[in-house]
Amino acid sequence: MNTLTGVGVSPGIGFGPAYVLAVQESLVPAPDARHGGDAGAERDRATRALEQVAADLEERGIRTGGEAREILNAQAMMARDPGLAVEVAVLIDDSGATAARAVYEAFGRYRELLAGAGGYLGERVADLDDVRDRAVAVLEGLRMPGVPDHPDHADHTARPYVLIARDLAPADTATLSRDVVSAFVIEQGGPTSHTAILARAMGVPAVVACPGATSIEPGTPVLVDGSSGLVRPAPSEAEVAEATNAAAARKAVLAAASGPGATSDGHAVPLLANIGGPGDVASALEHGAEGIGLYRTEFLFLDRATAPSGQEQESAYLEVLNAFPGGRVIVRTLDAGADKPLAFLPPRGEEPNPALGERGLRLFKINPEIMNEQLGALARAAAQSSAKLQVMAPMVATAEEAAWFVAACGDAGLPSAGVMIEIPSAALRASDLAAEADFLSIGTNDLAQYTFAADRQLGALTMLQDAWQPALLDLIALAAAGAVGRGKSCGVCGEAAGDPVLACVLVGLGVTSLSMAPPALPAVRAALSRHDREQCVLAAQAARAAISPQEARTAARSHLPGLAGLAL
Amino acid sequence: MAERQVIVKAEVGLHARPAATFVQTAAKASLDVTIAKGSGQPVNGKSILAVLALDVRQGDSVVIRAEGEGADELLDQLAGIASAP
Repeated sequence: MNTLTGVGVSPGIGFGPAYVLAVQESLVPAPDARHGGDAGAERDRATRALEQVAADLEERGIRTGGEAREILNAQAMMARDPGLAVEVAVLIDDSGATAARAVYEAFGRYRELLAGAGGYLGERVADLDDVRDRAVAVLEGLRMPGVPDHPDHADHTARPYVLIARDLAPADTATLSRDVVSAFVIEQGGPTSHTAILARAMGVPAVVACPGATSIEPGTPVLVDGSSGLVRPAPSEAEVAEATNAAAARKAVLAAASGPGATSDGHAVPLLANIGGPGDVASALEHGAEGIGLYRTEFLFLDRATAPSGQEQESAYLEVLNAFPGGRVIVRTLDAGADKPLAFLPPRGEEPNPALGERGLRLFKINPEIMNEQLGALARAAAQSSAKLQVMAPMVATAEEAAWFVAACGDAGLPSAGVMIEIPSAALRASDLAAEADFLSIGTNDLAQYTFAADRQLGALTMLQDAWQPALLDLIALAAAGAVGRGKSCGVCGEAAGDPVLACVLVGLGVTSLSMAPPALPAVRAALSRHDREQCVLAAQAARAAISPQEARTAARSHLPGLAGLAL
Repeated sequence: MAERQVIVKAEVGLHARPAATFVQTAAKASLDVTIAKGSGQPVNGKSILAVLALDVRQGDSVVIRAEGEGADELLDQLAGIASAP
């Protein structure tokens, strides 16, 4: 089979047997499947299968913990439902259905009830279907659907496997780790899809937007290059050795780079970490983050029925602040809206384009009490810590909005209030925004989405989300210049900051700090330390003079000779 | 037959965690337990699927019934769960 090409979204080399996640189509036992005699034995089979499914779900919940455990326990209760058991028994006794068919039909009746109700109950249909599919799989002697969360399940050699799928839901990957998965290869998705972000956070190589990947024969050894995006089924031993040696050499070079981020001529560029909660702090510290450049606070708010209390928020913020005594911690206020809906704050109306709707700061304008609760909790946490807390708002479009948010932060007693540059209007008028705010921070993922009118979740539009697009570089340069002109700082906290080559270009464009997924920090630190500021500026000019992302990449590289030693 | 009528106060209604707690508590008892929304048809209180399918929302009234020894005690407990904010 030929080499496949996708988009490398999490660097590194992965090698292991292919585990191809089948497209989840439900197995439907034939409507006329009859057990042919012993109804009692058939009822027992059904009962045992449902119990096995329930026990398996509970066991997975214990290993995962947290919110996932509650969801899995609720599913286990569905498998053990007494009403369902009665229906199954009646179908087996009266119509002679096989256990599999009876289970399938019995679930079907509840499915209709729930689906008809819509809303929250409609969403439970997927949970119910999952339980049903598992029970039917057990009865038909097939493997239960889902992602194997132990290497033994893939090929019995206990080697980490290469997980290949059309697409992955975040829940599918909840229980996975580096010991289990050596690489992800996904047919759909883009560089900022959940799989990509999750893979980078786990430090597992990943390739997305890779057509044809699921036609790889299960069990085939696969070599995955998460930098170049190449996926090689059944590689030769020499290919594997070459790739893994290069990766090892690179790792050694990266390990040698340490200390605060700076160019070779001593121009300091603080290297910060993007985190989604206190749980990511350990990884940030391990990779040498000098602080936090983006603390996403959504995790406190999503998937819950009521808003978190001020006290709960305060302790989550304090936990992160305390990990960086004297250091900088930039917290992004709640970034929710129709695209990331909150159960306790439903959208006011139908939004045909949720990415363009009432989200981010716009949601705060409608619900200032949620904002004030969050800002108050942040101020109380800051008062108890020696870390330098900075707070910034997402989805700011105008200087007026910036002024409104900065005033609210001032009222709450917060020392430093900034805004994110994610909307082209904000980049174009960055100088006006910087006059109001204490600092700017560019979110390159959303800025690309809004600049190119290209949905960041759509794999087919990956080309337009390429952070090397010259138009995006122009807007970054404009934003950085706007901040500098007002004596303010301008960081980048999008995924672009984690690309070691682009990081040099960003510094050349005038960006003052870089924040990224923690595993990307060592490569960026090494790349910066091998070039002086002048080289970065020349690379940036060359990239902006290009007319395509490919040309921009090549042009920038020609001014960055130190990359060769890093095997980048 | 003993019964309790309560208003569901939880924001999520009798879904998610409140529903799970209700059904788990009912399932532990040896008595039969039913629950109905308003004046609707009673369903098995030990069945998570039946309880979810009732689609009880915040502010809805439910009637919980049980019969036999310890019914009052059990109903007090279940009424407490159903009406907890």
